[in-house]
Amino acid sequence: MAKGVWIVAEVRDGAYRKVSFEIASAARKLADELGDEVCAVLCGSGIEGKAAELGKYGVDKVYVADNAALEPYTTDAHAAAVAKIVKEKAPAILLLGASVQGKDLSARLVGKLATGLATDCTALKIEGGKLVAVRPMYAGKCFGEVAFEAAPAMATLRPNVFPIVENAKAGAVEKFDPALDAGQLKTKVAEIAKDTSGKIELTEANIIVSGGRGMKGPENFPLLEELAKVLGAAVGASRAAVDAGWRPATDQVGQTGKTVSPNLYIACGISGAIQHLAGMSSSKFIVAINKDPEAPIFQRADYGIVDDLFKVVPEITTAAKKLLA
Amino acid sequence: MNIIACVKQVPDTETLIKVKPDGSGIVEDGIKWVMNPYDEFGVEEALKLKEKLGGDVTIVSVGPARAMETIRTALAMGAEKGIHIDDPSLNGADAYTTAQALAAAIKGLPCDIIFCGQRAIDGDVGQVGSVLADMLGLPSVTLVTKLEIAGTAVKAQKAIEGATVTIETSLPCVITTQKGLNEPRYASLPGIMKAKKKPVDVKNAAAIGVSAAVKAKVAKTVPPPARAPGKILQGDDPALKAQELVKLLREEAKVI
Repeated sequence: MAKGVWIVAEVRDGAYRKVSFEIASAARKLADELGDEVCAVLCGSGIEGKAAELGKYGVDKVYVADNAALEPYTTDAHAAAVAKIVKEKAPAILLLGASVQGKDLSARLVGKLATGLATDCTALKIEGGKLVAVRPMYAGKCFGEVAFEAAPAMATLRPNVFPIVENAKAGAVEKFDPALDAGQLKTKVAEIAKDTSGKIELTEANIIVSGGRGMKGPENFPLLEELAKVLGAAVGASRAAVDAGWRPATDQVGQTGKTVSPNLYIACGISGAIQHLAGMSSSKFIVAINKDPEAPIFQRADYGIVDDLFKVVPEITTAAKKLLA
Repeated sequence: MNIIACVKQVPDTETLIKVKPDGSGIVEDGIKWVMNPYDEFGVEEALKLKEKLGGDVTIVSVGPARAMETIRTALAMGAEKGIHIDDPSLNGADAYTTAQALAAAIKGLPCDIIFCGQRAIDGDVGQVGSVLADMLGLPSVTLVTKLEIAGTAVKAQKAIEGATVTIETSLPCVITTQKGLNEPRYASLPGIMKAKKKPVDVKNAAAIGVSAAVKAKVAKTVPPPARAPGKILQGDDPALKAQELVKLLREEAKVI
């Protein structure tokens, strides 16, 4: 019988990505309900020393594969390594972050483990001793409760939704040989071009100030950038602003852009079309500033200001500067 | 070159989604069906590759009878032929089952490259391309925004958080397509007329030798979680409302 709630931790440039702690905490919560153990799989190069750190977030045991072929991440190497240890130990549940890497790796594991995977989950529960994963579908217009017919039941968790809970456990480290066969590794990373603009990555931002069609032109976005600077926020854009060429495609929040889940999302001159909401409805707090009282965004906003954003936004910047000074 | 593009028919993004009261799924009456937008990038890239290097493009789709219309759209864009896998046991099943069906249909065909949309905008699952690749023993690169092919050498670019990664692999492989890869062409009227006569094989599960083995299923479909109603800040003075907002964000929401 499959037992154990496992995670695959994600590291970048030798440090854990925040979602690793989120999935560890979520795994701990499930394991406590099931009376089960939490184990982590950690793959990388020169990574062994970081393994025990996961103990802080409720992980009982960390299986480490330390091999030059595991850094940087490639689908083939990581899928082979994770599949090997998972097949050997047969956990009941396997969680990953719904980051770019997590989604890529988990999908590649579906075939290898002949199992089911619920993508981008916003909630997890145990029903009848088994995992049920809750996830948005149809751009968040409805949600699905996913049940599993195979083990391990896999789920990727949407970043910034599951709380990080410190719960010190052993974090005992055990190395395993990923047994990578060079012939299996058919993809290679040729180049990683880092974004050096100093912009905060939208999918990792705690606060986002976002502009839409109501911004009227690219020359007005510095207004939002000012506010963002004061708040330590990232600047996003709706599809309208991106399609108009005012902001780069990488700034787009929405169904065909990025999915973000900040603590605070400030939507300026954004009407709130369903496709935009799909990208930010996981935000903990939503503020809407729009001249149009009928704008659909007001139905989702926690706080709304029906007024001219060109008058309101500078005042928010002033007030925020005073508060945070 | 033997190019394959997988497509899925999905509800148009403007569709008002209604959940069935018994939670068994969504109401399908009155839905406008379209090609999954991400699959359009795959079909377009397939056609561009054919135009550059010669060969042909085969469209493969798993779906009920109405999915034929989407295959015809891809043929109208310029693909040569199609395979329509239509079986109640496979339609609307999980990624594992869909990939299994696609793999069974594709396995016997000459194939240099397979394009899949990075995800379908109904389920938003985003797994089929990767699972298909694994089942066929092929490398996969997901979320591709730029593709260069020289002989059998493949160079694909994708965005990760805070960086752009260039991955090298070789044909045959599976590429899942992301917005920004290309601008899909519209089907021309002559294209639409020609498409009617292009061959589409319709196969059921038995014909491709697959029996559905669902690994994950949506046991219940529910409306989105309710959000507590928000408050519209009152007054005519933008400065006062802005100040009130900042106060609320600090004291009530505690997010700044």
